[in-house]
Amino acid sequence: MSTAVAESPADIKERNKQLIGEVLEAYPDKSAKRRAKHLNTYEAEKAECSVKSNIKSIPGVMTIRGCAYAGSKGVVWGPIKDMVHISHGPVGCGQYSWGSRRNYYKGNTGIDTFGTMQFTSDFQEKDIVFGGDKKLGKIIDEIQDLFPLNRGISVQSECPIGLIGDDIEAVSKAKTKQYDGKPIIPVRCEGFRGVSQSLGHHIANDVIRDWVFDKAGDKVATFESTPYDVAIIGDYNIGGDAWASRILLEEMGLRVIAQWSGDGTIAELENTPKAKLNILHCYRSMNYITRHMEEKFGIPWVEYNFFGPTKIEASLREIAAKFDDKIKEGAERVIAKYKPRMQAIVDRYRPRLEGKKVMLYVGGLRPRHVIGAYEDLGMEVVGTGYEFGHNDDYQRTTHYVKDGTLIYDDVTGYEFEKFVEKVRPDLVGSGIKEKYIFQKMGVPFRQMHSWDYSGPYHGYDGFAIFARDMDIAINAPIWKLTKAPWS
Amino acid sequence: MTETAEKIRDHFDLFHQPEYADMMDNKRKQFENAVGEAEVARVSDWTKTKEYQEKNFAREALVINPAKACQPLGAVFAAVGFEKTLPFVHGSQGCVAYYRSHFSRHFKEPTSCVSSSMTEDAAVFGGLNNMIDGLANSYALYKPKMIAVSTTCMAEVIGDDLNAFIKNAKEKGSVPQDFDVTYAHTPAFVGSHITGYDNTMKGVVEHFWDGKSGTTPKLERQPNESVNFLGGFDGNTVGNIREVKRIFELMGVDYTIFGDNSDVWDTPADGEFRMYDGGTTLEQAANAIHAKGTISMQEFCTEKTLATIAAHGQEVVALNSPIGITGTDRFLQAVSRITGKAIPEALTKERGRLVDAIGDSSAHIHGKKFAIFGDPDLCYGLAEFILELGGEPTHILATNGNKNWEVKVNELLASSPFGTNCKVYPGKDLWHLRSLLFTEPVDFMIGNTYGKYLERDTGTPLIRMGFPVFDRHHHHRSPIWGYQGTMNVLVKILDKIFDEMDKATNIAGKTDLSFDIIR
Repeated sequence: MSTAVAESPADIKERNKQLIGEVLEAYPDKSAKRRAKHLNTYEAEKAECSVKSNIKSIPGVMTIRGCAYAGSKGVVWGPIKDMVHISHGPVGCGQYSWGSRRNYYKGNTGIDTFGTMQFTSDFQEKDIVFGGDKKLGKIIDEIQDLFPLNRGISVQSECPIGLIGDDIEAVSKAKTKQYDGKPIIPVRCEGFRGVSQSLGHHIANDVIRDWVFDKAGDKVATFESTPYDVAIIGDYNIGGDAWASRILLEEMGLRVIAQWSGDGTIAELENTPKAKLNILHCYRSMNYITRHMEEKFGIPWVEYNFFGPTKIEASLREIAAKFDDKIKEGAERVIAKYKPRMQAIVDRYRPRLEGKKVMLYVGGLRPRHVIGAYEDLGMEVVGTGYEFGHNDDYQRTTHYVKDGTLIYDDVTGYEFEKFVEKVRPDLVGSGIKEKYIFQKMGVPFRQMHSWDYSGPYHGYDGFAIFARDMDIAINAPIWKLTKAPWS
Repeated sequence: MTETAEKIRDHFDLFHQPEYADMMDNKRKQFENAVGEAEVARVSDWTKTKEYQEKNFAREALVINPAKACQPLGAVFAAVGFEKTLPFVHGSQGCVAYYRSHFSRHFKEPTSCVSSSMTEDAAVFGGLNNMIDGLANSYALYKPKMIAVSTTCMAEVIGDDLNAFIKNAKEKGSVPQDFDVTYAHTPAFVGSHITGYDNTMKGVVEHFWDGKSGTTPKLERQPNESVNFLGGFDGNTVGNIREVKRIFELMGVDYTIFGDNSDVWDTPADGEFRMYDGGTTLEQAANAIHAKGTISMQEFCTEKTLATIAAHGQEVVALNSPIGITGTDRFLQAVSRITGKAIPEALTKERGRLVDAIGDSSAHIHGKKFAIFGDPDLCYGLAEFILELGGEPTHILATNGNKNWEVKVNELLASSPFGTNCKVYPGKDLWHLRSLLFTEPVDFMIGNTYGKYLERDTGTPLIRMGFPVFDRHHHHRSPIWGYQGTMNVLVKILDKIFDEMDKATNIAGKTDLSFDIIR
């Protein structure tokens, strides 16, 4: 579908400029001015993508963003599998975020793990009028009663909690005391806070600092430390991503003492300050807590990217560089072992994917991190943007994107559709809300939040699946049948 | 690593390879501070007991795995049923992301809906500015013919007044004065998605019939021979509405589908994205006041709307998701009575074919016990059909069912000897049902995708029906109403029964004594 004629970066930049101008024309003036700051073309050599970010979405448009509750319950806390997470407030938020993020975990659900359950205080009008603190206390008692093997409880507050002034902290403190120090943790992640799910990540991180680390101080770790202990931070184990990452770290000789927060447990969170190095996948959602651990416990942290063999190789070396020769050799051994296998994957799929153009729009780290994996397959990312990125995300993005890449922050449905219509990429990678729009337009699509219910995509094993899935999407025969022969 | 270029395993197989299995075991042993296996088994067994059930049913505050969503979801469902109508949810934006995702996961279709993106400042000062800017942006960008406003819990807690806000926005020029903006207050802490459907439909009726918020004269009803049809919140809306249209056309009835979302959630893939498609025209919505009567397929989903319509002088008929012979008979008779049109031979023949099909197959269903969960009307319709099949409904559960629903379902059960041993559970959730399935087991369960957790835990086979169905594709395209729709339900139930028979008899030399090719 991409145009056969090779365009020069200058042509592309000119086209993008026009394109941005066209979409802005559709807005009322005031909104056009605001949106103009979020759309741009990357100029090589610049230190930034030169778009504004982490700013309130304009009302009345189809922003793809979520809310603070989604960031806390959906991303950070929800996958802590041995805790019960209460969606505190009306029924909806918990219902819509129930089991939809595919944070895989191993456990006996409803008995010792609770990841794919929906616990809600199901607020009614009387709870709004009289406050829900008493009810919350009772809920915690009932959880203790019915789920005795839970290792902790978190209270994820929905919009009304903050508005009616409930004191969930007081309830949590009292109940922690009543239940012999069990972590019962209030999280003020009301959906109206902040401009996107991003603030929810930050709030959730701060709560871990204050309510997990600070309170777990005296607890003795259940294991003996080694010089090679690391923690995986910000890998949500979507379709098993964190497992496909962990296996490589262990193979190179490291010991993963905690997984945040895919297949995670409260014990692992509590033990993380004992790590020698925190390795951080999703920078956006968990840099706060790694920075805190660096300051407070002196634990260094390193970002890594486990999408595609080129980036995996670089990341394994970067992680190994923080350790001794044993680990460095381990990394080289792992790289050498998988290299031919990865080459075989590339040999199989690259001929089918070479030169294909991709447009991305995702959250967290993926708008930049997956670019390398596409490039390993000979594909080119021509447009990218973040749902809830901050300025530092866009700075980091400059290392990944090419001159002339279209950049769109907090893109609206309207803009994204126009961009795809005009750029005509061979693949769009975005979320469920976008998927069917582009498929109707005849553009192949992959969900890059949920891996379209496939995965894992992280690690060497994940790359094999990633490559196969992109081939499935782009080379599906159906895209040749979009137009009826008579129309 | 287990993946190779020749054989790429999905997560289904990959994580059962020995290296991954070992890794997970080690993680559990060393770092998770996990509970011992014996203790897990003990507690697991305990959750299956009568004692646990009693504890579980004694719950007063905690809700676990509820079978309901919140009001604004129903508002969006209703709004997209009108021609070029943009649902606009006034409140925090994350909610809208959730509604859009939720519908897309069920229908495998895009769902267009905007939010007024209220944040902290709006929480303090109110969301008026968000309404003013939001309506202006929506109108400019998405060029709707109508905007249907609903609220989230946030806007309701701070007490935003939609009527005043919309007036204000119109005065500020956000949209033209005569542009149709309907509204409904849909707090998430009252009722459920079916309440939101009801409130939104009522809002549309009032807008068009009662003078568009005081901007035009109220409509004078001039009764004609047509009939209005309200589908209610319905996971099979695409298939059902089309089926109902076919029936009306066979009968030669002059009809209005009030809130027809069958096309917008089933647009073609032909190179173009249609943000709006089909829908009840605004003219039809206004003219619906003149109809002779209104038939609602879902009483508990349309209580207020029907009361409003009745207050405008129309006869209203409330059904309960008619599935089966009797349910469909009742529907057709109501249509016939109101419109004076005879039920055509073609439909009588369809009825006969369904009776024939049930006659061929009911031996396999007779005496089988069923648990049914979902929205109140769907539960009723399914229960009525199961009774017709000689099946025995045993547990009927609607988290959003009320007292009236309980009474009505109990009346239905009392009308058949097959209903004798059935209990009705309004307001209970799927964790309650889990206990019931352990202590009073049934043969099959009918309900939405979330039932798969119950299927896993209790071994009760799940027949997927209702909303949401996320993990099976295209069910929403098939009708479950009318004689033909019922045929689909029958086949689904039978397929599951036969699949279970095969599963129980497919081990060669062991269980395959009755591994029959003819059933």
